[in-house]
Amino acid sequence: MTIESVQRGASLAAANETASRAYTFQRHYWMFSAPGTVVIACVIVFPWLFTLWMSLHEWKVGGDHAFVGFANYAKLFTDERFLESVWRTIWFTALATIIPIGLGLWAALTFHRHFKFRGVLRTIFVMPMMATPVAVALVWTMMFHPQLGVLNYLLSLVGIAPFAWVYHPSTVIPTLVMVEVWHWTPLVMLIVLGGLAGLPTDPYDSALIDGATRWQMIRFITWPLILPYVMIALVIRTIDSLKVFDTISVISQGGPGTASETINYFLYLQAFQFYNLGYASAVVVIFFSLIIALSMALLMLRQKTKWTV
Amino acid sequence: MAQPAYRSGSVGTETIGSRIGLWLSVFVLVSPAVLVFLWMLSLSLKNDIDNIAFPPVFVPNPPTLDNYVEVFQKNKILQYFWNSVLVTGGAVLFGLLIGVPAGYGIARAKAHKTAVLILIARMTPALSYLIPLFLLFQVLNLVGTIWALVITHLVITVPIIVWIMIGYFEGVPQELEDAALVDGATSWQSFRYIALPLARPGIVVGAILAFIFSWNNFIFSVVLGGKNTRTLPSAVYNMLTFEQLSWGPLAAAALLVTLPVLLVTVLAQREIVAGLSAGGLKDG
Repeated sequence: MTIESVQRGASLAAANETASRAYTFQRHYWMFSAPGTVVIACVIVFPWLFTLWMSLHEWKVGGDHAFVGFANYAKLFTDERFLESVWRTIWFTALATIIPIGLGLWAALTFHRHFKFRGVLRTIFVMPMMATPVAVALVWTMMFHPQLGVLNYLLSLVGIAPFAWVYHPSTVIPTLVMVEVWHWTPLVMLIVLGGLAGLPTDPYDSALIDGATRWQMIRFITWPLILPYVMIALVIRTIDSLKVFDTISVISQGGPGTASETINYFLYLQAFQFYNLGYASAVVVIFFSLIIALSMALLMLRQKTKWTV
Repeated sequence: MAQPAYRSGSVGTETIGSRIGLWLSVFVLVSPAVLVFLWMLSLSLKNDIDNIAFPPVFVPNPPTLDNYVEVFQKNKILQYFWNSVLVTGGAVLFGLLIGVPAGYGIARAKAHKTAVLILIARMTPALSYLIPLFLLFQVLNLVGTIWALVITHLVITVPIIVWIMIGYFEGVPQELEDAALVDGATSWQSFRYIALPLARPGIVVGAILAFIFSWNNFIFSVVLGGKNTRTLPSAVYNMLTFEQLSWGPLAAAALLVTLPVLLVTVLAQREIVAGLSAGGLKDG
């Protein structure tokens, strides 16, 4: 191959590149997204906008509605039941986020190691997050039964007094958190495991040569590298615990009293039990803003921690 | 996934102590899942006397299928099962038809703003879609029909599928398609014959996850499902209100509801792990 032909090849390649750029310019990718956009507009964006509009109305099921401006919002901010549900939701979310993150990290580091039957055991570990929440919640309900439940029996075996589980206002939230942790720790594990699988090997080589211990490697190499994944898990967990519904509606129905009524459950009651659609829409708008604000804050935090620290 | 041994500390730093610690960790992590599922199975195979015995009877002796028989006799469980199949099947199918090309369009046009919209759709509580859709279906006279449920379940399936497909289509080299276009292929052909086959694993992953989350959803059916169109999860939820202490049939029904999903999890665990750990949550 002469130098000349190489040069010709290079210029051809360059020409090719401009050609493909021109093509890029002409391609009509929007056509592929059009059907999806239409559907998303109908089933996702339309509900958002309609909810916003409804929240400004006094709206009962049956068709009667009247414009009331921001009255629904004003009422919300003085509604003790709603305000309590907000604090309860925040408390629930904090617990149901932090605990799965901790356990999920531990699980990911464990399942990243090699041992017999790892595949089978990992599948079993992942099963809770796939299981139908309603079905599992039914079983939990039976397990929590104060006299006949298996959990209090197991506690009695190790000499612990019967626990009230979901039958006392002070224990209902921690109990529901436990169910949520059972369900969703596997998701955190999978996300972090994905991060662990992509780790570079070089830092470990050097660390090993320098005589680092296993714990030091986890603390100073693994942890900073998987932090972005932990942040993703944090965002997802936060959002999902804010929205928890199935578990509560099967296990405690917001009770005892209103002790486990989160925003989402309050919203459900207002909309589909009391049929205050306008008022419920105002709850949706506030709830939605809260979710967006929190996720944005967490995403920003994630940007900051990305590959640094 | 073959990992160099030292990354997980199994050579060199390996000691008996760390091996014991490992198995202890595995035991503590896996046993809650095992306990709940086994207890579910145990409840469903015992008669009602054993089910409410104290101390609890752990191993069904003798195991009985009466609870399952009762579930099938007292409820139109096959009808509900079929409803679930129709709703989930329809929502996944339409989700793929719409979501796969959309994922392609977004990935190729690098329309990351649209992707954020999809993410927000994932963040929104499902309940908040329900109020407007409920009113809309009332106007269209669709409340209580399978169609209403299929349409609302698109809220679940479309975002998952689009989100996963974006990740997979971004992994298909642009050069391959450029070559085809230079050779005179249309945009559609380059999508259909190049990008689509290469992104097939993504379609499988997206379909599986969409199936699972759509099957598990119950709130849509509670609100929109009619007596004869409700899906399995909400049918079981209704059983709860009527049979508080009849644990055997309830556990049997619960197991039947979640069995298809658990089977899929076992059969497709590799795809699920891939979808949830990498493609599904790729950096936006």
